[in-house]
Amino acid sequence: MGSFREVEVALNEMHAEAVAGIVDRVATRHRRDPTCMLQILREVQEACDWLPPEAIDRLQVVLGVPRTKIEGVAGFYAFLYTQPRGKYRILFSDNVTDRMQGSVALMERLCSSLWVEPGKVSEDGLLSVDITSCTGMCDQGPGLLVNNYAIPRLTAGLVDEIAELIRNKVPLAEWPADYFRVDDNVRRADVLLAAQMAPGDALRAARARAPSDGLMASNMRSWREGLPSGLGGPIAMLDDMKRANLRGRGGAGFMTGIKWEACRNAPLKPGQERFVVCNADEGEPGTFKDRVLLTSHADLVFEGMTAAAYAIGARRGFLYLRGEYRYLLEPLTAVLERRRREKVLGNDILGLPGADFDIEIHLGAGAYVCGEESALIESLEGKRGTPRNRPPFPVTNGYLDQPTIVNNVETFAAAALVALNGGEWYASIGTKHSAGTKLLSVSGDCERPGIYEYPFGVSIRQVLADCGARDTQAVQVSGPSGVCVAPAEFDRVIGFEDIPTAGAFTIFDNSRDMFEVARNYVHFFQHESCGFCTPCRVGTSLLKNLMDKLHNGVGSPYDFAEIEKLNQLLQAMSHCGLGHTACNPVLDTIARFRPAYEQRMTQQDFTPAFDLDRALAEARQMTGRDDAGAHLSSKHGGAA
Amino acid sequence: MSENRKLRVATTSLAGCFGCHMSFLDIDERLFTLLEHIEFDRSPLTDIKTVSPGTDIGLIEGGLCNAENVHVLREFRQNCKILVALGACAVNGGLPAQRNHLPLTTILEEVYHTSPGLANGMIPNDPELPLPLNKVHPIHEVVKIDYFIPGCPPSADAIWKVLTDLLAGREPTLGHGLMHYD
Amino acid sequence: MSHTFTLDGKTIPFAEGQTILQAADAAGVFIPHLCYHPDFKPHGSCKLCTVKVNGRQTASCTMRALPGMVVESETEELNDERRALTQMLFVEGNHFCPSCETSGNCRLQATAYHLGMMSPHFDHFFPSRAVDASHPDVLLDFNRCILCSLCVRASRDVDGKNVFALSGRGIKTHLIVNAKSGRLADTNFTLADKAAQVCPVGVILPKRHGFAVPIGERKYDKAPISETTEGR
Repeated sequence: MGSFREVEVALNEMHAEAVAGIVDRVATRHRRDPTCMLQILREVQEACDWLPPEAIDRLQVVLGVPRTKIEGVAGFYAFLYTQPRGKYRILFSDNVTDRMQGSVALMERLCSSLWVEPGKVSEDGLLSVDITSCTGMCDQGPGLLVNNYAIPRLTAGLVDEIAELIRNKVPLAEWPADYFRVDDNVRRADVLLAAQMAPGDALRAARARAPSDGLMASNMRSWREGLPSGLGGPIAMLDDMKRANLRGRGGAGFMTGIKWEACRNAPLKPGQERFVVCNADEGEPGTFKDRVLLTSHADLVFEGMTAAAYAIGARRGFLYLRGEYRYLLEPLTAVLERRRREKVLGNDILGLPGADFDIEIHLGAGAYVCGEESALIESLEGKRGTPRNRPPFPVTNGYLDQPTIVNNVETFAAAALVALNGGEWYASIGTKHSAGTKLLSVSGDCERPGIYEYPFGVSIRQVLADCGARDTQAVQVSGPSGVCVAPAEFDRVIGFEDIPTAGAFTIFDNSRDMFEVARNYVHFFQHESCGFCTPCRVGTSLLKNLMDKLHNGVGSPYDFAEIEKLNQLLQAMSHCGLGHTACNPVLDTIARFRPAYEQRMTQQDFTPAFDLDRALAEARQMTGRDDAGAHLSSKHGGAA
Repeated sequence: MSENRKLRVATTSLAGCFGCHMSFLDIDERLFTLLEHIEFDRSPLTDIKTVSPGTDIGLIEGGLCNAENVHVLREFRQNCKILVALGACAVNGGLPAQRNHLPLTTILEEVYHTSPGLANGMIPNDPELPLPLNKVHPIHEVVKIDYFIPGCPPSADAIWKVLTDLLAGREPTLGHGLMHYD
Repeated sequence: MSHTFTLDGKTIPFAEGQTILQAADAAGVFIPHLCYHPDFKPHGSCKLCTVKVNGRQTASCTMRALPGMVVESETEELNDERRALTQMLFVEGNHFCPSCETSGNCRLQATAYHLGMMSPHFDHFFPSRAVDASHPDVLLDFNRCILCSLCVRASRDVDGKNVFALSGRGIKTHLIVNAKSGRLADTNFTLADKAAQVCPVGVILPKRHGFAVPIGERKYDKAPISETTEGR
């Protein structure tokens, strides 16, 4: 009989062996490829509930990469844990819409029911409860994630049931399936959502429109090496894309045809190839259209990616799916599998020898910044999601330094329509500068939240009428990085010539405090800053502290001036779009809802951000004093 | 600045070591020139205990480590037209602020209870004593500060430069050689 | 055939592929910077070297020089913004110069002097960061880390060791070392490593040398950073 210590050592060794077994199995599935690091870490965590040091020990060996690299990646993503976080890891979505739907009280309810402090692990190590950035369930919130699986439509009753399941340690797989049901809530369908298309139709249509001269040869060569240019089907596809005037749906609005052409024309070094990447890292708070496209129109998206591969000459594609949509991984994998069987994906697509293209799905792990295309590519390569220095751009130096197009989910779905019906048809929809339709993710104060597809050029007022919004005070279009629109501007229209949008349309009625809306968004950017550049890393924290200071009732005109100064600095000095736009919600609400800020400047003179009296609390407790001299007033110039 | 009225200057040392005051005195014979333009109000140099309303310049050495520091700083802010942070501790908390990574309870516990050589260790609780703040703060985090003279201590020349700039109505600056944080 | 651009009205020649900062450096014109070092690939994270190119702000260490560019650097606006960035770095960490061995040789401090930084301006974060004294020859004081990643690049690209990396995200970004224990002593780091030579602040400190040169007689005590060359 060994000593207790020996038993402990033996148990640890068994644990280490078991962990190593899991790591080996996962790593082998990913060909021990370090570029799959993020996927490997995510899958190891799914098996172990966290990333124990033994897992990192083993990964060092099987991937042949230094520990610093593994820990650097693991430390970057919010959903990867290098400390135990419990068997049940609950994350409440903390978008402003979740808050409007009562998420704060629900989280308190769960925490008090299960005796756990927010942000901490319960004493028995069973669970942890925390908040996370918008999970994309704004139309059916409030939402939470349990071990990265989404549960929408939370109510007090549902929270109590969840508490009971956790208390009884019921495995997640046995929780009622209805908890996890996510509705599409499509309220208005236009050409995209109403498209009736069998898999392969768009590809066949694209090929059929190609000039007949040398069609087969050029197509086949295109699939293999993206050459030659100026001939045949792929060029016809590119021409259609350019004629379609399709602009990127992720928000920036770059001409898709031009992006594809630049990638096709980018020189390939020996051994290099071109890549098609679909950006499904739908992280902008208030956006959920990609969720719906990937749930019910995945064929359209994959067909668009395949058409893109055909046009630029790519054999490999990636779908980068945000970690919050973990529940879509299996259904999407099944769609890909079916498409391979149907010969519209994989080798010899449509029976064309050499027409090869396949798609891998990579899951993110809680990092909004990975929606930025170069950060997304870094993440795809298994690294920290830090935006790259640009130029060079991904079309020439993308995935593993090879020519890559990165397009939004909706862009690829629209591209499939272009392939199906031609560029001229597509360009005839919408407005002169904004061809086609746009999916809006409508949420907030309205009767019918959900997905609305409109031809470009629809006015804010029209959308508000259609979704049943009343007493609307403001609409945040395109999320916190977009614009906040006040009633005087409700005749403005959605489109690149007026209000461009990635799709979020968040409505606030007169009962809402727009300062608090902006403060929620500032917290979001602070949480999501990647930390690479000084202005964004430190500036978003300073901005958050100042907004909190105003919230806490100790703000003065001095702090307001500081906020304006930081806005300027973030815009001018930041490395990427996150920092550039982090102050947008503040700038917009100051411009349109200044009284909401003025109310918050309750102090005439500079007042400390921290509570001076509370700063004495520890000393009071240690000395047992509570006399007048043991207290400080927080107000400047106040009595001692 | 008008020639006929002397500027009133008050000084104090909060959580500091008086090193900045010593450095101030190091301006040596320039004190005579200075005294043609200023007169001292509350200061360790005069032993006046309160700051007169309408004092022109307050020089604050040291950061804020306890409640009394806060009271004194507020008295200066209320009664001085211009407040100047004098030296590293006033500017960023300095040496005392290096306790900030430790919880105050741990510090008091260690100092009065667990460190060896203390018989009947108890944490002083006399109401006459100011209570320590949980963190040491530079003074600009509690009241508005108009000017800063960095340095540990700032050299006599640096102090002289800033004061003469202020007396001349110029924005104070310190060039290479005068600007030091150490 | 060399091209030129103008920097604050001065004509600066440059070779193909040089960035604005590299060309300015070669021409003897100082642009403030912290994460750039001539021996390493430009990184572009500290943003101190931000200039205005044809009216648009960009980091000069990563922006390739192009013929005819009109670049502004020594403007009040840019220097105000650079000063604010420097102040951000000061309040983000724990920078107590009087008790730092690197004082006088520190590029962060010297840059702050250059920019006339009289105070840290913002509220301090006073983060809780550790000191690692485990290594026989080198002390790590993470309190002063400004996340420039020069040691990361030096260890990876020159020493071939990957002793250092950044982990965490956002304001929680921090430097880590390549050991399960997290201790430098358990890595293969040595004083001879390039990574031991490149820290611009006082994080990576050789032991027993701290005050060989007294304070007051150090590099940036003698000349402002704008008149010195890189390296110690």
